[in-house]
Amino acid sequence: MTAITTDKIRTKFTFRRGVHPPHRKNFSASQPIEHIRLSSGQQVVVPMSQHLGAPCSPTVEAKQQVVAGQEVGTSDAFVSAPVHSPVNGVVKQISPQPHPTGKKVLSVVITVGAEQPQPQQWQELTTDFTPENFEPEKIIDAIRKAGLVGQGGAAFPTAVKLMANPKKPIDTVILNGCECEPYLTSDHRLMLEAPGPMVAGLQLAMRAAGAQRGIIAIEDNKPDAIRTMQEAVKDISNLELAVCQTKYPQGGERQLILAVLKRVVPTGGLPLDVGVVVVNAGTASAIAWACIEGRCCNERIVTVTGAGIQRPGNFRVPVGMLLSDLIDHCGGLTDDAEKVLLGGPMMGPTTGRLDVPIVKGTSGITVMTRNEITLDEEMPCIHCSRCVDHCPLSLVPTRIAHAVKARDVEMALEYDLLACIECGCCMYVCPSKIPLVQYMKSGKEMARKAKQK
Amino acid sequence: MAEEERKEPKKKLLTVSTSPHLTDRSTSKQIMYEVVIGMLPVTLWSIYLYRHMAVIVLLTCLAGCLGTEWLFNLARKRPQTITDGSGIVTALILGLSLPPTLPWWAALIGSVAAIGAAKMLFGGLGSNIFNPAMVGRAFLMACFGTMMTTWAMPFQTGVKITYEDPAAAPSAITQPTPLALAKDAIKHAADPDIAEWNKQSPDDVNIIILDMFTGNMTVNGSTGETSALLWLIGGVFLLFRRTITYHIPLAVLGSSGVIATAAWWANPEVYINPLAHLCGGGLMMCAFFIATDLVTCPLSKRGRVIFGIGVGTLIMLIRLKGGYPEGVMYAVLLMNAMTPLLDRWTRPKPLGGHVSAD
Repeated sequence: MTAITTDKIRTKFTFRRGVHPPHRKNFSASQPIEHIRLSSGQQVVVPMSQHLGAPCSPTVEAKQQVVAGQEVGTSDAFVSAPVHSPVNGVVKQISPQPHPTGKKVLSVVITVGAEQPQPQQWQELTTDFTPENFEPEKIIDAIRKAGLVGQGGAAFPTAVKLMANPKKPIDTVILNGCECEPYLTSDHRLMLEAPGPMVAGLQLAMRAAGAQRGIIAIEDNKPDAIRTMQEAVKDISNLELAVCQTKYPQGGERQLILAVLKRVVPTGGLPLDVGVVVVNAGTASAIAWACIEGRCCNERIVTVTGAGIQRPGNFRVPVGMLLSDLIDHCGGLTDDAEKVLLGGPMMGPTTGRLDVPIVKGTSGITVMTRNEITLDEEMPCIHCSRCVDHCPLSLVPTRIAHAVKARDVEMALEYDLLACIECGCCMYVCPSKIPLVQYMKSGKEMARKAKQK
Repeated sequence: MAEEERKEPKKKLLTVSTSPHLTDRSTSKQIMYEVVIGMLPVTLWSIYLYRHMAVIVLLTCLAGCLGTEWLFNLARKRPQTITDGSGIVTALILGLSLPPTLPWWAALIGSVAAIGAAKMLFGGLGSNIFNPAMVGRAFLMACFGTMMTTWAMPFQTGVKITYEDPAAAPSAITQPTPLALAKDAIKHAADPDIAEWNKQSPDDVNIIILDMFTGNMTVNGSTGETSALLWLIGGVFLLFRRTITYHIPLAVLGSSGVIATAAWWANPEVYINPLAHLCGGGLMMCAFFIATDLVTCPLSKRGRVIFGIGVGTLIMLIRLKGGYPEGVMYAVLLMNAMTPLLDRWTRPKPLGGHVSAD
């Protein structure tokens, strides 16, 4: 059902299956983005690996002075992204530090100095912008130097994603402003507060990828963002707005491409196989800042939200700031806080410790209380087929889980385990509260080990 | 363990688990009790019609089913599962599908067969292949054929039925069910006029069909085969609560309705009105409560439709061509056996195609 309401905006896009979790975005949806400045003496931890791909090697030494935006780690590998210091300060040490993934990762620990640069203007571009003035190679180069990675969570190096591939031409770039994860509001706020850089970033991405068409996809639970973006694209001929139904996982790449363009990304393939690149709203803004303002990826917008946090809000956070410092900035945890999630409640992993840094891929911090989380006991599968009826990829989650439970990797693979995107719809609807995603994850791990043998 | 940690307020420990951290509120237990609620109207009506006979059969089944599950769990040193509601569902379906006149000890044997042989021996809830209640009923059918096919009229309290010679009982007490009359008409296909059913005037037939639909007191059958309307109400409740999907009920009712109508059109003298088929026997109960048993029906929507069509077709095949007047039990059991195969055949294709082997 595609109803054309005006020539710039089309509505009611959706995909089959999926779930409707509660939105719970009110904690932070009306909080303007606040810039966090670290005070002298605080520590930041900049991990050498904040992206998919090869980790960086440090380019600074202990006790060395660094300035904000200075490169502190880089790599020659094709799929990688350099890391930068978020502050002026002194390198305290270079050693393995706790990382959001749960492992220890080599990191540059910096003590924040007394003198810090003035906060940079970010809501509007400081110069007039014409996309034609930017050559694709220059855009890619600027993005690579800035160490930009996908801000939606997967943290794939953006320069690699946008690089034009002569064998697989890109015709469309989709700006993903769906933010289908419950609780999270950083993309929503960014669209409201800085539509200019975001649209410029989309145009730059289109130019870099050689795409003629740009689509901004927003879920229909954000009418204010839809109005703002509509206003922002009204004079740009090759941009349009696609209003999607509010449904999870609408912001999943495959689901979004299917909903907006009716194209199916082949299993095991990438969006570029169907001529599409999807960039997250935060990534698009960062592209503009990197190419037009020459900034690097040492800050990001983070939603800190949930009933377990005293003062929820949206923040511009230095990448490397410790989670505990950020939570303190928000008034601390409430007494009944039970889970701290790095991301939203559907896909965000939990963290057991708060001394981990905010990294480039941290889209939000959700703190859930004891009342909010389900503690129901796992019951046997009753074959209700709700997981089958809601899997956005048309898999049979219960069968895969069953196979993984029996350690039958071959059977799990036969049931297309590797196509699973771990969106969590199956477990969301499971009446027996079976941790299906956990089985998917351990099944993939088992398959990886079996392949190595 | 968690409580000890909470005693020290300074050292706050966070819970670590895999995503997702939000889940839908519905639980398997709730699904089971919703099915029980769906069966309540017809259960109450049956108790009203068959009085203490229905109470005895239903209570025996409840005690037998839950007791068997309790004993099995005890013997296997497993946590008790009798409160999960699935035993109650089996007990009610079994009890409602038995004749109200069945002696309590027979109902008990049926319950033990249902839960013991068909459910617990397979591994308990979720692991059984066949619908436990139907297995229990099939067991009783094999053991006590006469008892299982003697049908009392409603309100026959205080009358003792002797099974040595059931035909000797006065017809006011026991009577053939409408479906038995239908079978009788088919048997007399060569000379339709001597069939009981055909002796009735069209108006009488309409009244009987209406009684079968509403559950009026003139129609006999199993304890729960009283009112198609009340089964329909329970089924709509389940559909409304999304406990079941419409696929199986629609497929069962649709396929059996089409076959009954076709037969009736072809030869109305031999085959009775399709509405009588739809409202008669256990068809409504089967469409909404037996065939839809989550554990034993296929996973995919396509599979469920084929399963439902299979059940409906087999029911009508048995009713029209088979040896029994009613075929719900065998149709469901046969299709249960097909479920693993249907699951394999109708497995949904992943979005974007299967993972290529490399």
